[in-house]
Amino acid sequence: MSAPSEKPTPGWLAALPAAWLAVFFLVPFAIMLGVSVAHRVPGGFYEPGFELASYARFLTPFFGKILLTSVALSAGAAAICVALAFPFTVILARMGRRAQTLVLVALLAVLSLSEVIIGFSLSTLLSKTAGIGNFFAWLGLIAESRAYTPSFFALMTGLCYLALPYAVLVLYPPVSRLDPELGEAARIMGASPMRAFWTVTVPMLRAPLMGAGILVFVFTLGVYLLPQVLGQPAHWTLSVHITDQAIFQSNLPFAAAMAVLLLIVSLALVGLTLLLGRDRAGAA
Amino acid sequence: MTDLSLQGLSKRFGDVAAVDDVSLEIPDGSFVCLLGPSGCGKTTLLRLLAGLETPSAGRLLVAGEDVTETPAHARRFGMVFQSLALFPHLTVAENVAYPLSIRGRPKAECRARAEELLALVQLEGMGGRRIHQLSGGQRQRVAIARGLAIAPRLFLLDEPLSALDANLREHMQVELRQLQQRLGVTTVVVTHDQKEALTMADIVIVMDQGRVQQVGPPMEVYRDPANAFVAGFIGTSNLLPCELGEGEIAVSGHRIALDPADRVKARPGAAMLSVRPEDVRIAEDGLPGRVSFVRDLGESVQVMIDHGDREITALYAPGARPEVAVGQEVGLSFAPGGRVVLPA
Ligand SMILES: Nc1ncnc2c1ncn2[C@@H]1O[C@H](COP(=O)(O)OP(=O)(O)OP(=O)(O)O)[C@@H](O)[C@H]1O
Ligand SMILES: [Mg+2]
Repeated sequence: MSAPSEKPTPGWLAALPAAWLAVFFLVPFAIMLGVSVAHRVPGGFYEPGFELASYARFLTPFFGKILLTSVALSAGAAAICVALAFPFTVILARMGRRAQTLVLVALLAVLSLSEVIIGFSLSTLLSKTAGIGNFFAWLGLIAESRAYTPSFFALMTGLCYLALPYAVLVLYPPVSRLDPELGEAARIMGASPMRAFWTVTVPMLRAPLMGAGILVFVFTLGVYLLPQVLGQPAHWTLSVHITDQAIFQSNLPFAAAMAVLLLIVSLALVGLTLLLGRDRAGAA
Repeated sequence: MTDLSLQGLSKRFGDVAAVDDVSLEIPDGSFVCLLGPSGCGKTTLLRLLAGLETPSAGRLLVAGEDVTETPAHARRFGMVFQSLALFPHLTVAENVAYPLSIRGRPKAECRARAEELLALVQLEGMGGRRIHQLSGGQRQRVAIARGLAIAPRLFLLDEPLSALDANLREHMQVELRQLQQRLGVTTVVVTHDQKEALTMADIVIVMDQGRVQQVGPPMEVYRDPANAFVAGFIGTSNLLPCELGEGEIAVSGHRIALDPADRVKARPGAAMLSVRPEDVRIAEDGLPGRVSFVRDLGESVQVMIDHGDREITALYAPGARPEVAVGQEVGLSFAPGGRVVLPA
């Protein structure tokens, strides 16, 4: 089916998003770039200038490890969220209309919770005195209650709780629009339900699956509260350190330099993912 | 040998009996058309055969083997969906070879077989294309080729030609029929186009409200309908309430003697007379009526006659056009052997 031919979009309309992009993205980014090469006045603020001291400071094993931690945490959260959200969405799309609406409303309600609320609720839930440790001890699974936070597990749980609704909301429209006859056709032609899922459903939803993964990755990269509430210092991400430098150390040039580098690294990773995805599609 | 045996097959959705106690024997290699009005359960019956729906009751035997509990992927059937259900993420050749590749056949064999099948449906050299680069008729052929890829025991098609324009549809009807005859595969086609059913099928199954109304060769179903529903649904029939007596019927008090060649399927008393338009003759006397409309259809001439509150259609060859004018009072008679008396 071809789209009905329409009048060509007037050229000035394209200027609108361009202006929007410039005002809300390019200008702040330019300011940040400017700050990142400014000269820091110790104990004070910064003065305009051009020096790469802030970038040089970043190029140490210490900050390299932090960058790696950030990327690994976000990539892990992306993988877990997509792995959970995909089957969830497939099952959701097969439920009745009313049930679907209820689940989606519940999901949207979770979105209204802020990072702060999620962080502190989880930290209470996983604590020694008031958390599930007591429950496990009562069940006799463990000898006495213990804390499960701060830990890598607690942090990952928090990140996934925060990002899962977004992954589901990205996947829901394409999954619910998928023609069930495609799966049935595969089954008639000899594919077991599992094989039909892997050879038809998954390949057809590759783009939305990748989109959901990238969204969760980028979204969790910017999370700076959860690592402090639920993680140990070793799990502090670059976003935590940026906040720390900008607000507590009053080192805006260094914070800006780290932000620029984080942006470049995440853009590179997203680009790489898309490129790899495209190559696979071409080869198939 | 893949003769088919349906034994009391039923499917209920809540209170709706979509397929209601269907029992049929279909011989090996036949081309069967499932015909009936919208919502009569054709698609549901086809899906029951395919194993996509579990029957509420009844059994299905293929070549003597009970496959009622066999899952769809283990039945070795081919199917063409109404939506075609081609895989947009695969090329034409990969679509056609999917039934082979899913069974783990080597790549070279898949490629060779895909080529062979594409040649069969006259799509040589199109294997590398994507589905969205094909026309509607080409997609249709890809779906047919894919359905035949593993030499299925049973080939099922759900209104495969309904999306095509009239010319292409007639062309594909002939092609599908020739292909089926060449391969000898037992085939069940759902259609709501009775002309399609009459031109393609060895056996026509007429359904209404989930029940089979009649099974038989097209001409038999056409000439000798089992009941008033089939008479009204297949072709055009004039249906007139009548009173069946001994060797004669009375239509609105007008007596008509029956011929031995006429078919009587009703018991004496109130019945329904069914006559095809080509068996209606206009004469001086007979059943009284008034000509309401004359239409030249090119290959035939159609005359409509009002009889009470019923409208009777008569059909003449162009050469035998009767000399009648609109408004003229005429008498009607029905050709001996063309009268079918059905239960009311
Ligand atoms: N999944 C379902 N749930 C509930 N009712 C259904 C379902 N599928 C079919 N039905 C009902 O069963 C009956 C038969 O439907 P079916 O699709 O078999 O008709 P059909 O003969 O194929 O009609 P058409 O010519 O319009 O395709 C209909 O009354 C329909 O509403
Ligand atoms: Mg149907």
